[in-house]
Amino acid sequence: MSLGYVISLLYQYVDNVAFLLLAALGLMLILGVVNVINLAHGELIMMGAYITTLAYNRAHIPLALCMVLSILGVGLFGMLLERLVIRRFYDDKLGALVATWGIGLILSQGTLLVFGPSMQAVSLPSWTFSYGGYSFGGYRLLLFVIAIVVAVIAWWTFYYTRLGVRTRATMQNADMARALGVDTRRIYLLTFGAGSALAGLTGALYAPTTTIVPLMGNQFVDVAFITVVIGGGTNPIVGALTSAALLSLIATPLSSTLGTFIGRIGLLIAALIVIRFLPRGISGYFQDIRYRHMARVRS
Amino acid sequence: MNTKQCDYVAGCTGQFNSNSGQEVAQLETDGESRRSFLTKMIAAGAATAVAGFPYIRARAAEPTPIKFGLLEDRSGNFSIFGINKWHGTQLAIKEINDGWTLEGGVQGPGGPGVFAKVAPKPPTANIKEVVDRGGDETAEDTVWNEEDEYLIKSGEKGVLGRPIELIAPDPQSDNTQFQALSRRLILDEKVDVIMAGFASAEREAIRPIMNQNKMLYFYNNQYEGGVADKYTFCTGAIPEQQIVPVMQYMIKNFGPKIYTLAADYNFGQLSAAWTRAMAPILNAEVIHEEFIPLSVSQFSSSISRIQEAKPDWLMMYITGQNHSNYYPQADAAGIKIPMGSSINIAQGYEHRRFDPPALARFHVTASYMEEIPTPRNRKFVERWRKMFPDEPYMAMEGHSAYVATHLYAKAVRLAGTTDKETVIKALESGIGVEAPSGWVFMDPATHHLSQYIRLASCDEKHNITFVTEWPYIEPWWTRRLGVNLVRHPESKQYIPDDDPFFKMFKKKEQS
Repeated sequence: MSLGYVISLLYQYVDNVAFLLLAALGLMLILGVVNVINLAHGELIMMGAYITTLAYNRAHIPLALCMVLSILGVGLFGMLLERLVIRRFYDDKLGALVATWGIGLILSQGTLLVFGPSMQAVSLPSWTFSYGGYSFGGYRLLLFVIAIVVAVIAWWTFYYTRLGVRTRATMQNADMARALGVDTRRIYLLTFGAGSALAGLTGALYAPTTTIVPLMGNQFVDVAFITVVIGGGTNPIVGALTSAALLSLIATPLSSTLGTFIGRIGLLIAALIVIRFLPRGISGYFQDIRYRHMARVRS
Repeated sequence: MNTKQCDYVAGCTGQFNSNSGQEVAQLETDGESRRSFLTKMIAAGAATAVAGFPYIRARAAEPTPIKFGLLEDRSGNFSIFGINKWHGTQLAIKEINDGWTLEGGVQGPGGPGVFAKVAPKPPTANIKEVVDRGGDETAEDTVWNEEDEYLIKSGEKGVLGRPIELIAPDPQSDNTQFQALSRRLILDEKVDVIMAGFASAEREAIRPIMNQNKMLYFYNNQYEGGVADKYTFCTGAIPEQQIVPVMQYMIKNFGPKIYTLAADYNFGQLSAAWTRAMAPILNAEVIHEEFIPLSVSQFSSSISRIQEAKPDWLMMYITGQNHSNYYPQADAAGIKIPMGSSINIAQGYEHRRFDPPALARFHVTASYMEEIPTPRNRKFVERWRKMFPDEPYMAMEGHSAYVATHLYAKAVRLAGTTDKETVIKALESGIGVEAPSGWVFMDPATHHLSQYIRLASCDEKHNITFVTEWPYIEPWWTRRLGVNLVRHPESKQYIPDDDPFFKMFKKKEQS
């Protein structure tokens, strides 16, 4: 096994982590805080990609600015959605599921009607470097860096700001938080907006690397759900990070040595095993350990 | 409404029912006067009916339309291809209903010669140059002709005086929708013909339903070959027309080490089997094969495996919108290996959807591409753009759908009826048309088209050049296995493993 191969494996690992993390973070945040499974998540990602692509191809705005536009646009759209639709389903989890699914259908089919089946993609800045007979795309590494930065920002917001404290309070016990003067409706609104903005960011970042088509969200959604289920909604950020890291650790060597198909099967089997033994996901398991530890300290 | 009123009018019905060719031709050539004439007659008819003239002689003249069922994916994973095919069918139906037809008919192989003048050599290198240069005509040399238009007057609006009515629900790239909608078209709508399907999985999902109901079925798509079915006609290109030529070219120009990257379903598996079977015959070797599930869109592990294997060229059988992400990703990872294919860029116009140079060094054998520089194709592109100004690209399968629709109309006209068994006999009579790509001919024995095949090469700027052309490749493979649907109706799909010839060569390679 040459050094080149090891670096290639590492590159693939990092690439997988970035994809899982970016695909799942928004979905997980909304599930963890608002406790709604947002089935329109893929379509929000698609919206982000469309905004970036349209802004770049038609208005000729610099790519980085297009991506900011995606984040803002999809974030605002998410807040609007929460205000008009999702808010009415907080007591009806299954209703929320169907409502977000319907929104997703409207978004993807509407896009098909308005923009047609496909669109010219944004050209990818082709920074490549090579080592030991392998060549790597620089943009993919940038994706990883951004994914980590985003996770760190989310974590910092969660634990070191007033907003974070209120959000965690709302997560733990919404009634109690409300009694203590936390405007939980506002927290829900902001969280849904933030989750949507993350979806917009994911779409914008991956727009140069994929086909711009109305159903492009689907490629993110299936892995996003696996990541979310394994991470668990107890602590969205820790859950997303650990679950993306673990799943990539399983899928990367499998798909690299035995092929993409086996890699995908490995991912699903890993999900099965984790759910069997940690039904509340990795972050739920961490919480259980902490509670047990606290109980032991107290007694 | 018209029908009912006319029923009571002797004069009206008599005139329209006599249907003598002369009169029809006269009425059809001038649509405007026909319409005003009709309105007058209906007005008169209404008046007489009210006045109480009860003579009834024959049934009304208003012709019942020919019901044309179409199932193409307008949403879902395959919508890029399906919408294009839907448009191709719509254009052909509009032309037929407006009184046009593609030149052709029962001619048998060598059809192009019928309209030909004699040229010094066939245009194999660059057709445009030869056409423009012309050259001295000689009596003994190859027959060749290139006229700028093959769409001619059919002498009637619609077919047999009946307009074609398109019934086209959207199956949404979903196999179960295909099955449900097929049943609906057959049982409720009672259509006269069904054209349907992009993916092979879609075709195999509905082919049994077509057979059960003895429904005339057209599959207008390039595919992995081998379907031998009395009720199915395939108008797309097949492996002997695409895979064998492109492999020959790639091996000759780039080398014998092949890496196959294929979609993990029947099309990808069987096309890869073709490549595997043909490689030893062409003195080449498939060094690695990888099958990608249709849902996969991230290719970093495939890319590193390709870099590890170091093939001379890649055989690409990936499909659908998830898979097309491979191209920008491979380009971003700095892979510069030539690629050959039977589908990509001709089917999904990836060279227009991705910025250059993601598709550079790509080679595809296609039965049609928008860039074909012949005068007749430019006329075709003009007609298409006029009807669908927003169409991003006229792809191979849109052309197949267009040709199939014209071919069906021709067969119905020949049969003199829409009765399916009779139309099948007409389609098996050795019928062909001058398609925008070139002469195509429905092979009676196999129900597949002999095609005009071109090898397109895509450069760094995503310009297309046609480096080689094969004006007439027959669907010979299932015929070699003994398929003759005229004599022995059957319903199965042959796969490369059924061919003892391929196995013989495979053994030789192993020993």
